[in-house]
Amino acid sequence: MSTLIKIAWRNIWRNRLRSLVVIFSIILGIWSGVFINGFSYGLNRQRTFETIKSNLSHIQIHDTAWSQDPNIENQVLSPEKITSFLQNHPQVNAVANRILLNGIISSANGSGGVQITGIEPEKEHGLTGLADDLTQGEFFGEKKNRIVIGEAMAEKLKARIGSKVVITFTDSKGVIISGAFKVVGIYKGVSSQLEQLKVYVRQRDLRKLLNEEITVHEIALMTTGMEMVESVQQELQQKFPHYDIQSWDEISPELGYADELMETMLYIIIGIIMLALSFGIVNTMLMAVLERKKELGMLMAVGMSKKRVFSMILWETLMLSLCGGPLGILLGYFTILYTGSSGINLTMFADGLQSFGMSPIVYPYIEISFYFGTGLLVVVMALLSSLYPARRALKLNPVEAIRTI
Amino acid sequence: MPVIETHNLERVYQDGSQVIKAVDGIDLQIDEGEFTAIVGPSGSGKTTLLNLIGGLDKPTGGQVSIAGENISDLSDNQMINFRLEHIGFVFQAYNLIPVLTAVENVEFIMLLQKKSKVERRRRATQLLEAVGLGDRLDKKPGELSGGQQQRVAVARALASKPDFVLADEPTANLDSASTANLLDIMARLNREENMTFVFATHDQRVIDRAKRIITVEDGKIKSDVKVDH
Repeated sequence: MSTLIKIAWRNIWRNRLRSLVVIFSIILGIWSGVFINGFSYGLNRQRTFETIKSNLSHIQIHDTAWSQDPNIENQVLSPEKITSFLQNHPQVNAVANRILLNGIISSANGSGGVQITGIEPEKEHGLTGLADDLTQGEFFGEKKNRIVIGEAMAEKLKARIGSKVVITFTDSKGVIISGAFKVVGIYKGVSSQLEQLKVYVRQRDLRKLLNEEITVHEIALMTTGMEMVESVQQELQQKFPHYDIQSWDEISPELGYADELMETMLYIIIGIIMLALSFGIVNTMLMAVLERKKELGMLMAVGMSKKRVFSMILWETLMLSLCGGPLGILLGYFTILYTGSSGINLTMFADGLQSFGMSPIVYPYIEISFYFGTGLLVVVMALLSSLYPARRALKLNPVEAIRTI
Repeated sequence: MPVIETHNLERVYQDGSQVIKAVDGIDLQIDEGEFTAIVGPSGSGKTTLLNLIGGLDKPTGGQVSIAGENISDLSDNQMINFRLEHIGFVFQAYNLIPVLTAVENVEFIMLLQKKSKVERRRRATQLLEAVGLGDRLDKKPGELSGGQQQRVAVARALASKPDFVLADEPTANLDSASTANLLDIMARLNREENMTFVFATHDQRVIDRAKRIITVEDGKIKSDVKVDH
């Protein structure tokens, strides 16, 4: 067997240039496949992370009626019980509760519908990281009736730091309530839609405006990692069965689907690249077989079995592919390792990207298992590509093959 | 017992509507230790006869026996294995695997026979020394002259310890000195080891050395002469 492999290996290098061209194309093909996948996957993952961070959190707890009717009345009853449980939970990093009201924001220059989010600023730190997203101003401070709005909203209202805006909403009895707030901070969100949708005020300021007792509408929490979400969610569901406890992918199913879809997509892309490469390999090996007709005929004449001739061509194809495949994967790995930490700056196209909820700096990323999957695909592709040339070799008739001088 | 025996051997080709009898009822017997040349002009059926004797082609009638075994009914795979164990081949060209050295080329046959590494190396070295290439063991075919390559081919043909060696125009591409040298070696192996050689040739230099000359014409044996040198 080892001599057969040795012959196969040396045969590859009989036509050095031809083999190098094929190997180089395999390297390039696999590398680009890995990189494109890393880029897309990274982009998607980032979008998921950022949406979770700025908007969804890992888990949200609401009143059971909230998802049907996000009305001011559908509050979380006795939220302290849940928050105190969560604050002591080892798998929970941060908890915050929020009042959510739909209303209108207006300035002298414009107005728009918004979701008014009443927060306790100090609790939001581990959750939304809103304070870090501020591009102007500060995160509330001590004075009352301060508001933080998004860049897109600021532009729409032509508001600056210090500008006065009015927010309007209704209470549970339908009474319209308005309050004047001073813009104290402007944040940059993952998307311009989100920047226009969400405005943040202090819970205590909202409570003062409302002439009624109100608890909160939402308890949001971040676990210690994505992989903990499911178990924490299950635990909460058992402990607090009368609440609606949803994980991020239940709140925003399209994000979860995008994740699953992406994985399938990645393999499809790599598969298409491999299919294209396999044609090159088949072509090269076919040439190698046909130009060695006489030699292969001689081998069969002197007693080399068909099985051995077949496996020799198989080994040649396999080694040709395995010269390029792992190098392409390795090159892809290092490219993703490098760009994954330094990021790829797409500021030129950032405006477009941002409106899709994507960050202008992309950090490519691929699961380690994908590299192994790709490696396996290379071997499968090599084996499949070898079948036709190897079969052609078997069809050679030793007599005709030798006697054509 | 004869090494090669054919009975009423026939090989018919169909060329369109035309039926060509390349070998037409040949009865032949070649004994151990013979040094035989099969001669005849192109198209005489000499090569077809050689292919049938060498188990490279199947007869359409009659039968071929090698060392008492009828090979006409063997399957393709059985035939490959039979050739490996019983027949040594030397062709006109493309005899060697270009990526292997001389000694590896000779070893290759024994590798196919699943001989041990030590035995392979020992016998291959011995055979190459016998054909005068003891100092060229690690040269690849491309680094050897045409004559030297044919001598490696002879060593390779003998490596499997065959019943006979079939040489098809082995000197066609060689100059006189190389031809003489190659024929000397084969004659010596025939004399000293009693190895049977069968040539298909129209090279007079080979015919001159043969101890038996079988002339084929129109698929039939025209003459069969034994020569004393």
